Amino acid sequence: MLTYVAIVLDGLVYASWLFMVSVGLTLIYGVMKILNIAHGSLYAIGAYTAASLVGAYFSAGYVPVLSFAVLVGAALAAGLVCGLVIERGVLRFMYGQDEVLMILVTYAIFLILEDLIKVFWGVSPYFAFQPYGMLGNFDVMGLPYAGYDFLLMGLAGLTGLGVWWSINRTRTGHLLTAVIHDREMSTAMGVNVKRVYTVTFVIGATLAALGGAFTAPKISVTPGIGVEVIVLAFAVVVIGGLGSIGGAMIGALLVGILRAAAVHLLPEVELFVIYAVMALVLAFRPYGLFAAPEARKI
Amino acid sequence: MNRRMDPTLVSLAAALPVLLVLGYALPDWLTFYLQVSLASGLAALAVMLQMRAGLVNFGQGLYYCLGAYAGGMSGHFLGITDALVLLLLAVVLSVAVSFIVGFLVARYREIFYAMLSLALSMILYGLLVRAEALGSTDGFNLPSTTFLGYAPEGQALREAGYVFTCIVALAIAAAVHRYLRSPLGAIGEAVRENELRVEYLGASPRYVVHLIYVMAAAIAGIGGVLAGISVGHVDPNLAYWTTSGQFVFIALLSGTGNVAAPLIGAFLLVMIRVYAVEYSPYTWQMILGGVMLLIIMFLPGGLWSLTRLRKKGGLT
Amino acid sequence: MTAILRSEGLHKRFGAVSAATDVNLSVEEGEIVALIGANGAGKTSYVNMVTGYLRPDAGRIRLGETDLVGMKPRQVTRAGICRSFQVAQIFGELTVLENVLIALAIARGGASSGWRGLSRPEWISASEEVLEQFQLAEHRDATAGTLAQGVRKLLDIAMATVASPRLMMLDEPTSGISVDEKFAVMDTLMSALRQRGVTVLFVEHDMEIVERYARRVAAFYDGRIIADGDAAEVLVDPDVRQYVVGGELHRRGGQGGGE
Repeated sequence: MLTYVAIVLDGLVYASWLFMVSVGLTLIYGVMKILNIAHGSLYAIGAYTAASLVGAYFSAGYVPVLSFAVLVGAALAAGLVCGLVIERGVLRFMYGQDEVLMILVTYAIFLILEDLIKVFWGVSPYFAFQPYGMLGNFDVMGLPYAGYDFLLMGLAGLTGLGVWWSINRTRTGHLLTAVIHDREMSTAMGVNVKRVYTVTFVIGATLAALGGAFTAPKISVTPGIGVEVIVLAFAVVVIGGLGSIGGAMIGALLVGILRAAAVHLLPEVELFVIYAVMALVLAFRPYGLFAAPEARKI
Repeated sequence: MNRRMDPTLVSLAAALPVLLVLGYALPDWLTFYLQVSLASGLAALAVMLQMRAGLVNFGQGLYYCLGAYAGGMSGHFLGITDALVLLLLAVVLSVAVSFIVGFLVARYREIFYAMLSLALSMILYGLLVRAEALGSTDGFNLPSTTFLGYAPEGQALREAGYVFTCIVALAIAAAVHRYLRSPLGAIGEAVRENELRVEYLGASPRYVVHLIYVMAAAIAGIGGVLAGISVGHVDPNLAYWTTSGQFVFIALLSGTGNVAAPLIGAFLLVMIRVYAVEYSPYTWQMILGGVMLLIIMFLPGGLWSLTRLRKKGGLT
Repeated sequence: MTAILRSEGLHKRFGAVSAATDVNLSVEEGEIVALIGANGAGKTSYVNMVTGYLRPDAGRIRLGETDLVGMKPRQVTRAGICRSFQVAQIFGELTVLENVLIALAIARGGASSGWRGLSRPEWISASEEVLEQFQLAEHRDATAGTLAQGVRKLLDIAMATVASPRLMMLDEPTSGISVDEKFAVMDTLMSALRQRGVTVLFVEHDMEIVERYARRVAAFYDGRIIADGDAAEVLVDPDVRQYVVGGELHRRGGQGGGE
């Protein structure tokens, strides 16, 4: 019984993290049809920015509680700067190109960013454990859980809700939906598609950075942390259906719970299980659980 | 076109003596890089083969690694050391796995093909990292290779390995060239251009993709076993997605114009890396990324397209 | 009477729209049949059902003794029915010769035995013969995607012919072709098809083309065949004039889109 509680809780914690790191990827794909391989690097940049800012914040001796605001601020700064530079500097010259070519473009950006990270932050690890420790530990039926993990869960829920609300309840969201639905039509209707793209990419980048920033306190921030993330995020997003926010949530939950189950019941297959789920889903639902296949027309 | 000799085949045949002479003339370290890049060049050739059909495989490392491990494990655990047998085993394993996996992969195109193959290679990576018996992340060393009963040592072993690699790599390149100019190779191009038309002409695009996937896997597997023999060591990084990314990079850089291009491209890449890492270790990938963007923007046919005046030499 | 294509009681619905309601149509060896009707009347849907792109909800389609329902398009091709498309389906980045070479490669060997295929010189001369028949020889080395609409259409049909079909279905062979070219294009392809003894069924909006080339006409309206018979009789049928031909006269000049 205890094992199952642990599986569910661990699964939820992991799912929250997965959702945080993949929601930006699916958003950008949904609107722009770009599968952003550099997503992992944006995550890493978020983590680095947060780690160095939190470090500076604590050594300056400010109020510890506000360090969470520093995490958010770090993500916003990193996402805004990187998002704008990448979108305005590279991607906008590539719109209308093949989706596969866009993968290569973002792969090139990934390569550049990975080295830029090393140039900026060096190769020694950064730590920002203070916010993690601050929330203490909880006991759930005898199982110890870090308060910070519950914070992550809340944050993931909030992010999901926020994205859902912005898409379905705001003007910008309606513009996004219009562009997703029919790009040409939206242009004809006077929607500034270019602006929509810029905004979307910056938001997506910020979400990636946010995922990184809130992960930073849990890990030692070292080169290469972004590499794994893109593959995981892709798996999650594909399971739910590329471009679907709800799909990303379901995908994250499915993968999170199954991985937790694997960790507790069959540790050897832990890594394997994620991709196995993905392959299985793709075998039966070629476009993911929640995406409609595109109609072909003669 | 009459019975003129195919210039590419002639060049490939001529390249063999040149490479062999170079093997003796060049310093050992350079010969070693040449040998390793021929091995990785085969994997890039496999990626290029798929690019001809409009498919980008972001996980070719799966079969590169599989081939290397097939050779490595047979050597390490079964005591099989003959290079030809190792090669055969690598091909058999790659073909078997890709044939099964192909039923899934061949249903997909574009980004799904790219990312699904990436994920598959990461599965292998994950499995190998967990496999204590295979040295997890450290991998393991291969015993010295023998060649049809000939068991050289020291310098002679290095030379034999080099000669073997050259012969195999060039032979594969020639075979791929022949294939690309055959009717079947032409159908691969047709799949890239218009699947609907291919279907209505009476062929199954999915079978064609499946076949190309298996062939590419076999070639990458051979590249992998050659890499294992060359380096004398295998580890899970062969399956890591950034390894595959480099194959894609080489294929993109060299273009799909000629089978020799990926082999040359692989060597260029290795040499750039040798110097880049020495002079500025943190900008190596940055350079790659920058070059890649430039190629995509200004030279979509790859470097090889510079050697031609006409846009496409095509099939005839 | 030897019907080579026999379709009986075909039904096909897309949600609330009916693309076919009890469509019965038989084509005899050597006939040249035109399918006419306004956009959305069900002509292309019929072609799509016969060629395996759409599966009818009910009904039977037979080619000789072969049941075609449930076959994939490539199986229908192998069975002996080929088709062309409203928008020419060609390999745009390859040359005209290469387009036909590939069509030949598939027709003669299929994807399974391509290694054997044809020996090169024979392969090329066979392709050139096809180009000659369809008057494409002058475009031999042109990139297919850069050709004029009419030439593309011819190439599309030439490629379909390579598989040696018994029945050829042409989906609006003259759509997108200029008025001055249309008869030349039709003459070329009809004579090439006649040489090969192929039975032809074509979808057409242009009544001049229909009158000139079809001996038999089947008129579609709202997913049904409302008239089927001798071209001269069907084209003066009052229903056909009201629902089909009249509509065509009004939309003269404007080209039809998809179904």
